[in-house]
Amino acid sequence: MSFLLTMGNAAAQGVLWSIMTLGVYLTFRLLNFADMTVDGSFATGGAVAAVAVNGGMNPLLALLLSLLAGIACGAVTGFLNTKLKIPALLAGILTMIALYSINIRILGGPNVSLVNVRTVFSAVPGSPMGSTFLVGALTAALMVALMYWFFGTEVGSSIRATGDNEYMVRAFGVNTNTMVMIGLMISNGLVALSGGLIAENQGYGDANMGIGTIVIGLASLIIGEVLFGNRFNFVYKLCSVIVGSILYRMIIGFVLFLGLESSDLKLLTAIVVAVALSVPVIVKKFPGKAAAVNTVEKSEDAGADASK
Amino acid sequence: MLEIKHIYKTFNPGTVNEKRALSNLGLSLDSGDFVTVIGGNGAGKSTMLNLIAGVYACDNVAGSSIVLDGTDVTKEPEYRRARFMGRVFQDPMRGTAAGMEIQENLAMAYRRGKRRGLRWGITRQEKEIFHEKLKVLGLGLENRMSSKVGLLSGGQRQALTLLMATLRKPKLLLLDEHTAALDPKTAKNILSLTHEIVTRDSLTALMVTHNMRDAIRYGNRLIMMNEGSIIFDVSGEEKKKLAVEDLLKKFEEASGAELANDRMLLA
Ligand SMILES: Nc1ncnc2c1ncn2[C@@H]1O[C@H](COP(=O)(O)OP(=O)(O)OP(=O)(O)O)[C@@H](O)[C@H]1O
Ligand SMILES: [Mg+2]
Repeated sequence: MSFLLTMGNAAAQGVLWSIMTLGVYLTFRLLNFADMTVDGSFATGGAVAAVAVNGGMNPLLALLLSLLAGIACGAVTGFLNTKLKIPALLAGILTMIALYSINIRILGGPNVSLVNVRTVFSAVPGSPMGSTFLVGALTAALMVALMYWFFGTEVGSSIRATGDNEYMVRAFGVNTNTMVMIGLMISNGLVALSGGLIAENQGYGDANMGIGTIVIGLASLIIGEVLFGNRFNFVYKLCSVIVGSILYRMIIGFVLFLGLESSDLKLLTAIVVAVALSVPVIVKKFPGKAAAVNTVEKSEDAGADASK
Repeated sequence: MLEIKHIYKTFNPGTVNEKRALSNLGLSLDSGDFVTVIGGNGAGKSTMLNLIAGVYACDNVAGSSIVLDGTDVTKEPEYRRARFMGRVFQDPMRGTAAGMEIQENLAMAYRRGKRRGLRWGITRQEKEIFHEKLKVLGLGLENRMSSKVGLLSGGQRQALTLLMATLRKPKLLLLDEHTAALDPKTAKNILSLTHEIVTRDSLTALMVTHNMRDAIRYGNRLIMMNEGSIIFDVSGEEKKKLAVEDLLKKFEEASGAELANDRMLLA
């Protein structure tokens, strides 16, 4: 396969994955909740879409079903955390593990292939790459628009504020448990929707397709942040999440092109995240660069005026 | 206005760290009372305010009750009680969301006690209201409404928190050493701002302070706490005539020990 085609395909895949990264951005950045449910809910989304499409359901409705399944997954983690007071990290891990069994139940086995069925991608004319791009971009644009709207509303602002300072939010009459619950539900809904898209796109749903999703999400998120900085308004941040996801896939596509095995990817992803996370530490060691970081922080203030 | 009866609070009950912070506490405030609260380290001042605000539930003892303006809130969670109360904390970080804009913080406060739905989180009219209210503070914050609160100084943040706590007139204002983390000059400004707002809106307020002079100077009533109970309660003319020495003597009489608070300012 030519280099350009590899890169193009990787980028198109990235757009589909970016919906998942939006969900990870919501929990990790807005809600400040390290949600590990993602590995499970992504596969749940894929499993639900695969089974539904194979059963003859409209592929678009199948995606809606994935979304709803993801929302339910988020609700379970939310329940464990807010009602049963299980720490965030553990609550997510418990749901994730439970989902592994559930996903196999949904699939009726370790995986399900889509044979000769219509998907949202086959419904669009053009090359596979083109239709992947089109469907992905439309979905991503819709999700960015919805998130922009939602996080500007009273409830959305309360969710953001809960992630920032829950004491303050409670003092002003907001049930922070409800906010955590809503945030987790929306986030996992996005993640499962992304899983559904991937399943329809690759032509199968697999119980293992979610493994490492959370790390991929974080890697994409961080790549976006490192490149775009923490500036400007909310739409800009959401877009940086999407670009980060695309770049992540392209980096992966590139190293595969160089001849690495796909089983090496997990290691590579972990390295990307570790390196990206250590950027602030490295910058601190080199005072010359620290100044540059300061300017970024200052421009964040300047940029804040431009935000909504 | 506020009626507290037979309140007990034990932290870590049944463990080696068991600590009774409040013991049979009773307090009754009239509408418009501005009460200053003093007492030694660990006397239970913060615990009393936290119980009123609902941060923790009080011990389940028969006859315990917290009634606010006729509503029994003893069993209500913190976020429900918020409809009645404005609060400012000792830590300037605690009362505001640092990563959000000044106007977003105010919009949050503007909806205290209101249902939140899918309406836009901040409206143009509200921005105008906030602009006017910020102007009154005289800190120039009205020109920085879309700056992140994290960029403000401790004093600016406390002034903003005070404004937020009183943006919707609260039935009760709870101030827990809200000037303790500030430098003396800023503390003085925040204190006079507090006095201004409390008298202007005729608020009912409880203000914990470690400064005896401030406790005497401000408010119409003063209570002194020790070991989880109120040991001295004075108001009106009698309070105005108090001197710091009187307070120290009172404390010794009531507790048989010297008043000790590492942050207490005697002069
Ligand atoms: N969350 C908690 N867990 C355990 N013990 C606590 C807790 N909060 C307060 N206490 C204990 O309860 C007692 C009363 O504390 P409180 O904070 O109410 O005192 P205070 O009068 O506000 O003192 P200070 O002047 O130091 O602020 C202290 O002995 C304190 O150690
Ligand atoms: Mg205290």
